[in-house]
Amino acid sequence: MTKKTKTICSIIAGLVIAAFIFYVGEEVSSSSMLRTVLQLGTIYALVAVSMNLLNGFTGQFSLGQAGFMAIGAYTYAVLTIPVDKKANVYYLYGIADSLADVELPLWIGIIAGGLLAALLAAIVGAPVLRLKSDYFAIATLGFSEIVRILVGSSPFNRITNGSLGLNSIPGNPSYYTPFIVAGICIAIIVLLLTSSYGRAFKAIREDEIAAEAMGIRLSTHKQMAFIISSFFTGISGALLAMYLGAITSTTFPIMLTYNILLIIVIGGMGSVTGSILAAFLVTAAKEWWLRFLDQTMMIGDFQVPLLRTGFRMVVFSLILMLVVLFWRKGIMGQKEFSWDGLLNLFKRVKNRLWGNSKKGGALNG
Amino acid sequence: MDNVKPSVLRLEDITMQFGGVVAVNNLSLEVRKGEIIGLIGPNGAGKTTAFNVVTGVYAPTNGALYLNDNLIITNYPRGKMKEFYQGENKGKYTKSMILSPDRITKMGVARTFQNIRLFKDLTVFENVLIAKHMNIKANIFSATFRLNRKEEQWMREDAMSLLRILGLDKNKNDIASSLPYGKQRRLEIARALATKPSLLLLDEPAAGMNPQESDELMHFIGRIRDDFDLSILMIEHHMQLVMGVCERIYVLDYGINIAEGNPAEIQNNPRVIEAYLGVDE
Amino acid sequence: MTTTALFQYCLAGISIGGIYALIAIGYTMVYGILRLINFAHGDIFMMAAYFMIFAMVDFMIPWYISAVIVIISTILLGILIEKFAYSPLRSSPRMSIMISAIGVSFLLQNLATYLFSALPKQYPSIPLLNKTLTFGEVSTSVVTFITPIITILALLILMAIIKKTKIGMAMRAVSKDFETAKLMGIEINTVISVTFIIGCFLAALGSMLYFTPRPSVFPLAGSLPGLKCFVAAVFGGIGSIPGAVLGGFLIGLSETFIKAAGYSEFSDVFTFVLLIAVLMFRPTGLFGENLAEKV
Repeated sequence: MTKKTKTICSIIAGLVIAAFIFYVGEEVSSSSMLRTVLQLGTIYALVAVSMNLLNGFTGQFSLGQAGFMAIGAYTYAVLTIPVDKKANVYYLYGIADSLADVELPLWIGIIAGGLLAALLAAIVGAPVLRLKSDYFAIATLGFSEIVRILVGSSPFNRITNGSLGLNSIPGNPSYYTPFIVAGICIAIIVLLLTSSYGRAFKAIREDEIAAEAMGIRLSTHKQMAFIISSFFTGISGALLAMYLGAITSTTFPIMLTYNILLIIVIGGMGSVTGSILAAFLVTAAKEWWLRFLDQTMMIGDFQVPLLRTGFRMVVFSLILMLVVLFWRKGIMGQKEFSWDGLLNLFKRVKNRLWGNSKKGGALNG
Repeated sequence: MDNVKPSVLRLEDITMQFGGVVAVNNLSLEVRKGEIIGLIGPNGAGKTTAFNVVTGVYAPTNGALYLNDNLIITNYPRGKMKEFYQGENKGKYTKSMILSPDRITKMGVARTFQNIRLFKDLTVFENVLIAKHMNIKANIFSATFRLNRKEEQWMREDAMSLLRILGLDKNKNDIASSLPYGKQRRLEIARALATKPSLLLLDEPAAGMNPQESDELMHFIGRIRDDFDLSILMIEHHMQLVMGVCERIYVLDYGINIAEGNPAEIQNNPRVIEAYLGVDE
Repeated sequence: MTTTALFQYCLAGISIGGIYALIAIGYTMVYGILRLINFAHGDIFMMAAYFMIFAMVDFMIPWYISAVIVIISTILLGILIEKFAYSPLRSSPRMSIMISAIGVSFLLQNLATYLFSALPKQYPSIPLLNKTLTFGEVSTSVVTFITPIITILALLILMAIIKKTKIGMAMRAVSKDFETAKLMGIEINTVISVTFIIGCFLAALGSMLYFTPRPSVFPLAGSLPGLKCFVAAVFGGIGSIPGAVLGGFLIGLSETFIKAAGYSEFSDVFTFVLLIAVLMFRPTGLFGENLAEKV
């Protein structure tokens, strides 16, 4: 395919996706599953890409995403809950004096969420990034739990409302907000990954010792990846708070991190398009397509075995295990979507189904 | 005799001790500008360990290291090592200055690895391009938002020209691990050259090569020394290559420097022969 | 604090500490042999509890036979997990097997939710264990009292196995150098299976001791204890069994005293802060060993 054709295809694809989003926004009812999947999927796409930036592209296996999302979510909520609702929300503990009159514009809340997450990553990162990979994973896991517990603990009652959590969180000013925010963020991440620094991150993933021998200072680059990844994870936490309208510390358990890990493993650790694709696939399957697995189904008088509440997640976990064991590269592996790649895929499928017109012979290409 | 040529690398009493094992014992060597120096010895003699000290992977237990006559690394036995130190010259060194590998590379010292350490899943072009990152002037924000277009462009041109010189330009988009072994070794060298070194450390560059390839490598090393204005320190087992291209050779056995001299002297040195072949009982 | 109260808290501390120790041993042994953090270990501990409920409540089997059934089923579960989720990935990059362990943990939690519902299920009481004992002014239940004793016994027996039997020597060899042990003819699969058998046995034991005084079990009941036990193993030096036991007791005691001081919210935070502190200042823990990479 020539470069010109590829550009035209990309523009057309972009327009189609935009038109689809627009259509769902204007024509489809606001309670439909499709809308939910699109909005939630977009949020997960952003977390997945930022987690992939750290885990998949820089090779630093972090399990702390839930903690950073919690920070982003709480920061956004605390700063944007309307002043007139605050008394209601903080009915038990009362609100801290400094916050009583604070009500910031939503976009400031979102960015503040990201910045606070990034700040924490800067503080925690320096010592923790020196650890070996398994220890780093556990340290980030521990940190995530510390954040979760602290955010709901009593010393913070007048800021975070303790174990009651926050509600009346301002939602999306428009249906398009998550798409725009996530879109901009993912675009920035892609720009980063295709820059020289992105290449340095990949070098660190491939071979730290060789990367160091090439003049790349490991500590600063790992910290940069950690801080930037956490910044965007914080923003996705804020988006989640916007979407849910109410959060407590139980909204951000370790399970949440595992769910995102599932997405990036299925999509391919090291592929941005893979993470985005998998985010939507997994969200659609979990929230929508596979819901039937949770319903008891009768065929005549016979109750189909296995189908009842909770089966959906079991199926999910099994799919994850299958991917981990047999399909480690996931959907995209470390490659990004490309038109040439798509064409090759079609060719291979066509050959499988209808066979090669030239059979045998050493000259077969 | 050769004091006209300035010193590029000088090791002084370098000792490397791991726990109870002295891997490198009191090694002193010098590489002068434009020289190709060989470091040979039986397996396990401590040659790669010496490289690792020079490139900052290990901090030496004792000794000093000079780059262009400037002291850049020195250390003395500290902590637990104070009691366990089995090397020589204890007490001669009292300062401690250590550098991380990336700093040393930035000072103009590049290396290749005994077991090739290419960025396996990245392309040939990316492997070389990454070596250009260390000199980048743009910070992460400028680079991300493409404010450094010119810089990115000349980094790419530089990398491409290196690939052309090493005959790898046709493979630029191939995945590094898919290259045949000989080309992988060449890519390692290309990557090292991309850091614009003045001193190049080659760790067994001819490993796995047949005599003809080894011969080509010999000429190649001489050429890059001239074209890139390099000084070269080389670990090798292929004796023909070593004797053919090195001006001086150091011989290591059990971490100790047992001989030094030009190829003729080394070939006839009884201690060297004994180290490699053993003594008749 | 009165001496009675102090003694009471100490007893409670080493009791819960003993349980943590039993589970921490499982983590440390698997890490020593396979260099794998078995994220699923805490969930195996949880499943053991459900097996007990199943046997005693659903099938009305008396407790002493149920205990044996639980131990056998837990061991089988561990062996199955090792065979299907870990051994195929033995030669894969480290991250893959770690993700697999996370996947198993994920699967077990969802499986438990599906099979037994997310609502807490009542744990059957073993009358013998819930009897109260009194020593002067201190009163405690049998289970609290015997737990640390069982832990120490288990530790001594295990150390004897490691030091004095052939399989113990094989395990020590494999944890020092996997490849060389294989080349020396040690049957790796046997060693790994034995490791999991011992780990799961102790987890089943710990599960029974842990849940007996507690009213109920729920699918995520193994998650937090599992993490805490892993902290214990790291603190003691991952790969060291006595270290894991020491770590377990330490965390049990500090948890109990923090709760006694009125800061129960923060008992878990303390454990995780301890984890991060250990990892930063002494990553090899109390008795652990350094592993270097050849360049």
